[in-house]
Amino acid sequence: MTILINSKNEQKESLQPKGILRYFSFSLDHKVIGIQYLVCGFLFYLVGGSLASAIRIELASPMSDFMPRDVYNQVLTLHGTIMIFLWIVPVVNGAFGNYLIPFYVGARDMAFPRLNAVAFWLIPPSGLMLITSYFVDGAAQAGWTAYPPLSITTPQSGQIIWILSVLLLGGSSIFGGINFIATILKLRRPGLKLMQLPMYCWAMLGTSILVVLSTPVLAGTLILLSFDIVANTGFFNPVLGGNVVVYQHLFWFYSHPAVYIMVLPAFGLVSEILPIHCRKPLFGYTTMVFSIMGIVVLGLVVWAHHMFTSGTPPWMRLFFTIATAFIAVPTGIKFFNWVATMWGGKISINSAILFSCGFILNFVFGGITGVALAQVPFDIHVHDTYFVVAHFHYIVYGGSVFVIFSSIYHWFPKVTGRLLNETLGILHFAITFIGFNLCFAPQHWLGLNGMPRRVAEYDPQFQLINQVSSLGALLMAISTIPFLINILLSLKNGKKAGNNPWNALTPEWLTTSPPPVENWEGEAPLVKEPYGYGNPIISKQENTKKAI
Amino acid sequence: MLNKNYSLFLLISAIIGISFWIGFNVNLLPQEASINAPIYDELFKILFIIGLILFIGMSLIIIYSLFKFRRTNGQTGDGIYLEGNLKLEIIWTVIPSIIVLIVGLYSYDIYDRMGGMKELNNHEMMHSDSEKIWAGISESSNELSGIENLNIEVSAMQFAFLFNYPKGEFISGELHVPVNEKISMKMESKDVIHAFWVPEFRIKQDIIPGQPTILNFTPTKVGKYPIICAELCGPYHGGMRASIIVEEPSDYENWFNQNKKTKV
Repeated sequence: MTILINSKNEQKESLQPKGILRYFSFSLDHKVIGIQYLVCGFLFYLVGGSLASAIRIELASPMSDFMPRDVYNQVLTLHGTIMIFLWIVPVVNGAFGNYLIPFYVGARDMAFPRLNAVAFWLIPPSGLMLITSYFVDGAAQAGWTAYPPLSITTPQSGQIIWILSVLLLGGSSIFGGINFIATILKLRRPGLKLMQLPMYCWAMLGTSILVVLSTPVLAGTLILLSFDIVANTGFFNPVLGGNVVVYQHLFWFYSHPAVYIMVLPAFGLVSEILPIHCRKPLFGYTTMVFSIMGIVVLGLVVWAHHMFTSGTPPWMRLFFTIATAFIAVPTGIKFFNWVATMWGGKISINSAILFSCGFILNFVFGGITGVALAQVPFDIHVHDTYFVVAHFHYIVYGGSVFVIFSSIYHWFPKVTGRLLNETLGILHFAITFIGFNLCFAPQHWLGLNGMPRRVAEYDPQFQLINQVSSLGALLMAISTIPFLINILLSLKNGKKAGNNPWNALTPEWLTTSPPPVENWEGEAPLVKEPYGYGNPIISKQENTKKAI
Repeated sequence: MLNKNYSLFLLISAIIGISFWIGFNVNLLPQEASINAPIYDELFKILFIIGLILFIGMSLIIIYSLFKFRRTNGQTGDGIYLEGNLKLEIIWTVIPSIIVLIVGLYSYDIYDRMGGMKELNNHEMMHSDSEKIWAGISESSNELSGIENLNIEVSAMQFAFLFNYPKGEFISGELHVPVNEKISMKMESKDVIHAFWVPEFRIKQDIIPGQPTILNFTPTKVGKYPIICAELCGPYHGGMRASIIVEEPSDYENWFNQNKKTKV
C-alpha cells in the first residue's frame, strides 16, 4: 500500500517541473497559477503604462505632433483594453483569487485545477495577439468601447483581432468565475461556515457571480459585431437598418459590472490587509457581506448611465440616475467600516497600509465624482470629457491598482519567505501617490472647461494643465523603478520573513512561507474567527501555541 | 467629555464652513451663456459642497487615525476587540441613503427645469407622425418671446458639422443664432456617432446615424463659442470643431438675409 502511494507521488513530482521552470509550465498548483497571473499581468501593465506615457507625451502639446492621428487612436484603444482585460481583471481576480481562495476555504487546490490552468494560459496568447495586431494592419482604433459604426468602418483586421482577443479573455474570466464559485461554495473544509470566511471570499463570490452573469452578454455582442464587420450583417450597422444604440446597451450591460469586477476584489483584499496591520477585527463583518451583495445586485441595473447623451428617453435616464446613486450607500458602508477598523487600532505604518489608505482616499474622491456623474443633468455636460477620464482613473488606478500594490507588499513574504524593503516601498508609495494625483486631479478641470476625451489635439488654452498632468504621468512611470528594484533585490536578499511576519490569523499564514505543494503538511486548520485580533481567548491560544 | 464634544462640533462646523467657502468662491466652470448654464452651475455648486464636506471629513479621519493609532517603536499587542457596532452601522447606512435620495430628487428638479422631462415638440420638422424622434434636452421655452422658434437641421460627418437653415434654404459651416431665442435643432449623422457639445451652454447630445435627435437651447450671451465633437469618431476627432456665433437679433437678420437664397 505504502509503496503504491509513494510511486504515485514520485510520478506526480516528476511530471511537474521544479523551481522557476514550473511558472512556465501547465502547472495545476493554484499557487503557481496565481503567480503566473500576477507576473503576466504586471508585464502587460508595463506595456499599458508605456502606451499611457505615449498618450501623455502627445498631450503635452496642443497639436497632434508626436504620432500619427490613427496611431494615437490605436494607442488609446490598446491602453484601455490592456489595462482592463490583461492587468486589473486578471490580477485582482486571477492572481490573488487563485493564490488565496483555497487557503481561505481550507482546500488543497481549486475545484477545477485543469480549468484553472486553461483559464490562465488563454491570457498570454490573446494579449500577444492584441499587441501584435498593431503590426498587421494597425490595431483596433475605435476605443475599448468599440462603438459601431466606427468599429465597423475602421480597418477590419485590427478590429477583428481585438474582438477575438477580448472573447478569449472573457472566456478565461468566465472559467475563473465558475471555478471560484464552485471552490467557495463546495470546497470548504468541514466545519467552516460561510459567515466565517475571510471577506475576500465574499468579494470573490460576488465578483464571480457578476462575471458569470454579464461576460456572456459581452461575448454575444462582440460576436454580432464581428458578423457586421466580416459578413456584412446589419445588427448594428445603420446603413443596413441596424441600431447603434442597442450595441451600447449590450456593451455596458457587461462593461459597467466590469467596474465592479475590477473593484470588488480590491475591496476584499483591503478588508484582509487592514485588520492585520491595525491589529483589530474587521468592523461590521455582516454589513460588509450584505453591502458586497448589494453592490452586485445594483451593479447589474445601472449600465445606461454611460448613455445619458445617447438619446435615451427621460424615464430611463431617471431610473438609472437613482439606481446608480444608490450604489454609493453599500459602497459608503464599506468605507466607514474600514475607517472604524482603523480607529483605536495599533497601526503599523508600512507600505501595505499606506497603499491601502491611499486607496481609501483616492476611491472616496472617485466615488464622490461618481455620484455627481450619476445625475443626468450633471453628466450631460461632462460626459465623454476628461472629467470622466479623471473619475474612472481614480476608481481603477487610485482604487484597484493601489490595492494591487498594497497586496504585493502584504503577501510577498507569504510567497517568497522574504520581506520587501520598507524604505523603497514607502518611496514607491510617495511617488505613486503624488504622481497619480498630479496626473488625474487637474483633468477634472479640463473636462469641465471643454476638453473632450480621446483627442490627440486640443484648444491651446488647456496646454498648461495638460503639461501638469503629463508631469504626474512621468512621476507614475518613475514610481515603477523603486518597485521593480525592490522586488528583484528582495527576491534574493530580502530579510527572512519567517512563516507569519505579520502575526496574522487568516489561514494562509498558518502554514510555512512559502507554503508546501498541498498547502498544509497535515490537516487544514479550522479558522472560525479570521479577524479575532484582540480577542482574549484567541490571543491566549496563540500564546500557548508559541510556548509549545 | 463636554469639552471633547464641543471641539468635535467646532471641527465639523469648520469643515462645513470651509467647504461652503470653497464651493462659493472657487469657480471651476466656463462662462454661462445659455438658460441651462446657471441651472447647471447651481447643481454643480451643491454637489461640489457636499462632496467637499465628505472628502475633507474622510481624509481628516484617515490621516488622524494614522497618526493617533500608529504603533510606536517596541509596542506590541492588539487593538481593542471590537467587531462592530450596529447603531453606528445603521447611522452610516441611513444618512448616506437620505443624502443620496435628496440629491436624486434635487437633480430631478434641475433636470425638469432644464426641460428634460418636457415632450419634444418639434412637429414642424417631423416629416411624418411615425418618425421616431429620440430624446435630447427640450429646454423650457422662452415664453416671453413672440418670435417663432428657430429650426435648424444639423448634419454631422467625419469630421465636420453642417448647419442647414431650411427657411433660408442655405447651409452654413458656422452656427449663427440670435441671442435670447429658443433654438431647436434636429440632428442626424451621415456616418458614425458624433456629439454636439457647447461647454458654455452645458449641453451635449450625441448625433446618431439612423436615429435623429433633437436638442433645444436658448443662448443668453452674445459671443463666439466652440462646438466640440465629444464622441470618438475617427483619426481627426480632436479637430472636429465648429463655432456657434450668438448675435443680436438685428445682426442675425442681416447675416441670414445675406445668405438666404433669393427666390426667382
